[in-house]
Amino acid sequence: MAKDLVHPYMPNSVPAIKKEMLAELGVKSIKEIYESIIPKDLLYKKRLDLPEAIRSESELKKHVMGLLNENITTEEYTSFLGAGCYKHQIPAICDELNARGEFLTAYCGDTYSDHGKMQAIFEYASMLGEMLDVDVVSYTMYDAGQAVTSALSTALRVKEAAGRPKNKVLVPATMDPEIYSQACEYLRHKATIVKVAYDRETGLMDLRDLKKKLKGRDVAAVFYENPSYLGFFETNASLIAKLAHERDALAIARPEVAALGIMESPANLGADILCGDIQPLGMHIQFGGGQSGFMACRQDIKLVEQFPTYMYGITKTANKGEFGWGRAMNQRCSHGSRENAKEYFGTETGLWGITAGIYLASMGPQGMYELGETIIQNQAYLKKILNNVPGVKAGVFTTGGFQEVLVNFDKTGKTAREINKALLKAKIFGGKSMKEAFPELGESALYCVSELTTEEDMENLAMALKKIVGVC
Amino acid sequence: MGYFKTNRNYQQARWDEPIIMELGNKGERGILVPRASKTVRGKVGTVDKLLPADLKRKAAPKLPEMSQMQVLRHYMRLSQETIGTDINIDIGLGTCTMKYSPKINEQFVRSEKLSELHPCQDESTVQGILKIMYKLEQYLKAISGMDKVSLQAGGGSQAIFANVETIRRYHEGRGEGAQRDEIITTILSHPANPGAAATIGYKVITLYPGEDGLPDLKALEAVLSERTAALMITNPEDTGIYNGKIKEFVDAVHKVGGLCAYDQANLNGVFGITRAKEAGFDMCHYNLHKSFSSPHGCQGPAAGAQCVSEKLAGFIAVPTVEFDGEKYYLEYDHPDSIGKLRKFYGVPAVFVRAYAYIRTLGPDWMRAIGELSILNNNYMVKKLLDIDGLDLPYGKENFRMEQARLSWQKLTDETGVTTDDICRRIVDYGFQDYFASHHPRIIPEPFTPEPVESYSKDDIDEFVAAFTAIAKEAKDNPALIKGAPHKAALAAQIDESGLNSWEKFATTWRAYKKYVEGK
Repeated sequence: MAKDLVHPYMPNSVPAIKKEMLAELGVKSIKEIYESIIPKDLLYKKRLDLPEAIRSESELKKHVMGLLNENITTEEYTSFLGAGCYKHQIPAICDELNARGEFLTAYCGDTYSDHGKMQAIFEYASMLGEMLDVDVVSYTMYDAGQAVTSALSTALRVKEAAGRPKNKVLVPATMDPEIYSQACEYLRHKATIVKVAYDRETGLMDLRDLKKKLKGRDVAAVFYENPSYLGFFETNASLIAKLAHERDALAIARPEVAALGIMESPANLGADILCGDIQPLGMHIQFGGGQSGFMACRQDIKLVEQFPTYMYGITKTANKGEFGWGRAMNQRCSHGSRENAKEYFGTETGLWGITAGIYLASMGPQGMYELGETIIQNQAYLKKILNNVPGVKAGVFTTGGFQEVLVNFDKTGKTAREINKALLKAKIFGGKSMKEAFPELGESALYCVSELTTEEDMENLAMALKKIVGVC
Repeated sequence: MGYFKTNRNYQQARWDEPIIMELGNKGERGILVPRASKTVRGKVGTVDKLLPADLKRKAAPKLPEMSQMQVLRHYMRLSQETIGTDINIDIGLGTCTMKYSPKINEQFVRSEKLSELHPCQDESTVQGILKIMYKLEQYLKAISGMDKVSLQAGGGSQAIFANVETIRRYHEGRGEGAQRDEIITTILSHPANPGAAATIGYKVITLYPGEDGLPDLKALEAVLSERTAALMITNPEDTGIYNGKIKEFVDAVHKVGGLCAYDQANLNGVFGITRAKEAGFDMCHYNLHKSFSSPHGCQGPAAGAQCVSEKLAGFIAVPTVEFDGEKYYLEYDHPDSIGKLRKFYGVPAVFVRAYAYIRTLGPDWMRAIGELSILNNNYMVKKLLDIDGLDLPYGKENFRMEQARLSWQKLTDETGVTTDDICRRIVDYGFQDYFASHHPRIIPEPFTPEPVESYSKDDIDEFVAAFTAIAKEAKDNPALIKGAPHKAALAAQIDESGLNSWEKFATTWRAYKKYVEGK
């Protein structure tokens, strides 16, 4: 087959047009252009070692979908996986609107070309601000990992700017292990991240250990998650903030956005900076690609001036009642002042911010309440029925929780991984094993429910587990 | 013939749409939520029982209460007030590589076979996506000439950051971590380079261009020492001038024991023409949402590929995707790795698009991207330079690569019309506002267009014609430009002080009501 001369993605591949443009430039070939500016020894003379082109869209579709069809999805099997990535109902209008070419293919256009985009971003921040009950919300970040890490980094800068530099931050030993490792590498040149022990009965942060570690007044921030990565509620949230403040440390909290319809915002329990992930607000799980971070705080300039990312501010126009938007106080960030900003940022997850706004506007206060209530009820029910499976202990910690149930299999004589392999045969994705991250918890796994989980799903899981542990 | 228009009499949709926080009525619902079954509710009780009292929300969030169609309509209107690449000739946003994002690829990423995969599923159930990631890594190795690729970064800047963390690990491994505390970059390299270096405490040294627009080799040599950790450089920089001495730069840095990181966020002009490997680089990175065609999504979700040479392979972010001859799997066992960069495995939807893009183009059309974007750019620059008042700093005698930074200085001197004025006025012609320059603006009154391979000769001619018309307006009626835009969604200019003072700072509606409107 002769090589095609023209490609649909490249209009000037048409030979006559190419020739006309070359003539305009007074050259015979494109090669002549780049050979005049790139030294010979830097030119790549071979053909790129890539597979030959797949010619038509239909053939491409057959090939790519052929690969994707090798996957088995959470629509085909029942999933109890969470651990930072949560499957929820996605309103159809979220998918419809974030597929609009105007939003999907816009980029960093500003106040005048992209007025609608700017308004949508501002509205996202406004609605998330209501959920968090705070006045300042950043533009979207990469994910919760970046948000937590940048929040810790912000706290260190706040203390430095105040003339009281610190070199430690405290985190719960139960925190998301991936985010812990990310933060350690990010911050190690200027701070040590110290884990505060947890109570083995309740999972809660050990307040005696916290007090001890705060004594030196060298701590910039105390971070906690609520609910924790392992699912339980941190019932001492207010006390943690109080103890941090007494020793000149900030309190940083990571709430779960899907719980905020029923749960108090950490901002009203003394936390200074909030951070987390908005993936549950309208983003598909996408093999982890739907994650998107946020940072937020009260209207306190001392905190806000240390935020590293873009923030979209509202301002008036000459017309009464009309508003426009733009990047506010941009000197703060590296796009404004390069290395003087102290922290980089870049193109992160803007479309997910707009999508989260659409989600929150659709859900409204009642929807968010019902979401939270359904999940907390399903979580409690799962815990209850799994405890009826012999040898299984559901709810390793006595404290109640949201969406995740930590389940221990020690007495079944099977590992969490073996259980998952067996569940797979019953078309169930069992919970994520915690064996490697938390070896002290034995053969435990994190089982997650949502508003999509039905009573039948949970009963089926319990039944399958009974079979696996050899009861029936 | 052709579809080149000089005057579209464009008018952007102008809905004067209220802030969503002011819309709707108490009690309206946009979507209903599945509820726990009667049995479940009966057995476990309500929120009051399940949630400790002091963690229970006291006051409901003040979200809008709207019906579904009304939410849809609000956002449809906002979308009409936004100019994406799909509806304009998006040449103006230079350095951003606003190419066509093929719609067939959107079908792939919206398929349940990707969108409903959980990252913690058993590997046996995600072989398809792992294979795509693995193959993509192999393709990027071929394109860069590097030996190992990590797809973990959630964007180009995060990939730059991954390279900085890798540089630190490398020198620490050789016992020189504390000694090598300086990273050298250039003022025309992306701000994420100095930003990422400073994030983990490096001292940043910045080189400025000489008369030819390129950083000077002697200036580089003067700052090299046993303290040099790395050079982080873009080539071509935003000027589109290819630095022919790049290999000498790299050699000089290697001579003092430093590493060299190539910022190839924008690969568009060099696909298959020149690679990081031949220039001697130790590492590079690609923005997969730029040259590899993912839509930019109002600034993400993006993805960055970190590509490194063999000696740095052990340091890159985890997990990597490996293949044992039978199955694909995620490998975390890299003891020297910089660890996690992003939750889970980067942004898989962007990988699927990049994979499909490479497969549908193959080696010859991938190279054609580079060739046609070079052709388009030089054609456009030649046409633009016919405009009186527009100039090309650092010389017109040599060709440029895929983009160019021009200057309106002459026009500003003659008419008082600045690049910021023109950037607003161009919106009246139905184009995206353009990218002037990163800060600081070392080229006065900058303008940085990038006509990638997706744009036709007619598109380029229309783009040039619009600026020709504006340059004429600048002389005949500068007030028209000073007062622009006139046909955009926003009917008047904003009060910039609202963005530049803490007194008027508000990123949410509640903050505006409390702190700005109240004053």
